Amino acid sequence: MSDTLSAATVTITGAGDDEVEAYLARPEGAQDAPSRGGVVVIHHMPGYDRATKEMVRRFAELGYDAICPNLYVREAPGADPDDAAAAARAQGGVPDDRLVGDVGGAAAYLRALGTSNGKVGVIGHCSGGRHAVLAACRLDLQAAVDCYGAFVTGEVPPERPITNLVDQLPHLSAPLLGLFGNEDTHPSPEEVDELEQILRDQGSAYEFHRYDDAGHALFTVDRPSYRVAAANDGWERIAAFFDTQLA
Amino acid sequence: MCTYTTETASMDGSAKGPGGAWFHVTDATVYYDHPVHAMADHTLNIDLADPSRGPGARVALELTASSARELVTAIEAALAAVPRGLLT
Repeated sequence: MSDTLSAATVTITGAGDDEVEAYLARPEGAQDAPSRGGVVVIHHMPGYDRATKEMVRRFAELGYDAICPNLYVREAPGADPDDAAAAARAQGGVPDDRLVGDVGGAAAYLRALGTSNGKVGVIGHCSGGRHAVLAACRLDLQAAVDCYGAFVTGEVPPERPITNLVDQLPHLSAPLLGLFGNEDTHPSPEEVDELEQILRDQGSAYEFHRYDDAGHALFTVDRPSYRVAAANDGWERIAAFFDTQLA
Repeated sequence: MCTYTTETASMDGSAKGPGGAWFHVTDATVYYDHPVHAMADHTLNIDLADPSRGPGARVALELTASSARELVTAIEAALAAVPRGLLT
């Protein structure tokens, strides 16, 4: 596998037919033969940032066409990621329906590429983990990865602008890989248990891995929450999962 | 976790922001969530901003919970010490 790739900012058609900025990374090689799957990376609440774009490039290095839509482009076009995140938060955050539309637009963009085999997976961390599950409940996707998304199950305290996804889980369209830290409180191990029980009861395909000595944001390399062993194992699980589901 | 909770307040004052320029502040946003820079899993974050000037017109603070409480105490103490008649 070549580690040569290209990356660029592109425009996709997102929710409401809005033009949405997105970061696209593609492996080098023939660009017209339907040879590979695609991955939509959903950025976390801190925004469309360098760390997320590094993940997009990593998926290209793993052999996928990968894309991340800027979920805050409407509130803050051209702004620094942290300023955009602050502006979006002050305006109430990303509505679930808009998220689904933007991820759907990103998936359609990937499927329109000459290299696409028609299969698209989605991955998100933290708030993006919940978003990945949401997208897999509402869109035609072939794989979903939830990295410690809070409020997929469990009680959502009042006055939050979101709901849990329990009522949507019966519509889950894709196998789900879940990666969680046992020291996390949101989602807590009990909330992960609840999700696993629901998936088992409804016969969904899933694969969960739970890491000791790890809490929330275990993949975030520039934060104190980073856990090397868990993150390294997690990346191997993600690569193997996509290799199986998106082939 | 991302807490999803956000408190807002209208402001009337000034802050020194990007490029060292002062600007009029109209809005405050307060939330406890992941910081961008502070070495903590979560912090009390305050954005003092003028949204009409764009997302970059913002002064951002990321404080540990104990620091945030110290700041609240200090603000209350400073206001309490003001001689009668000066507060507007």
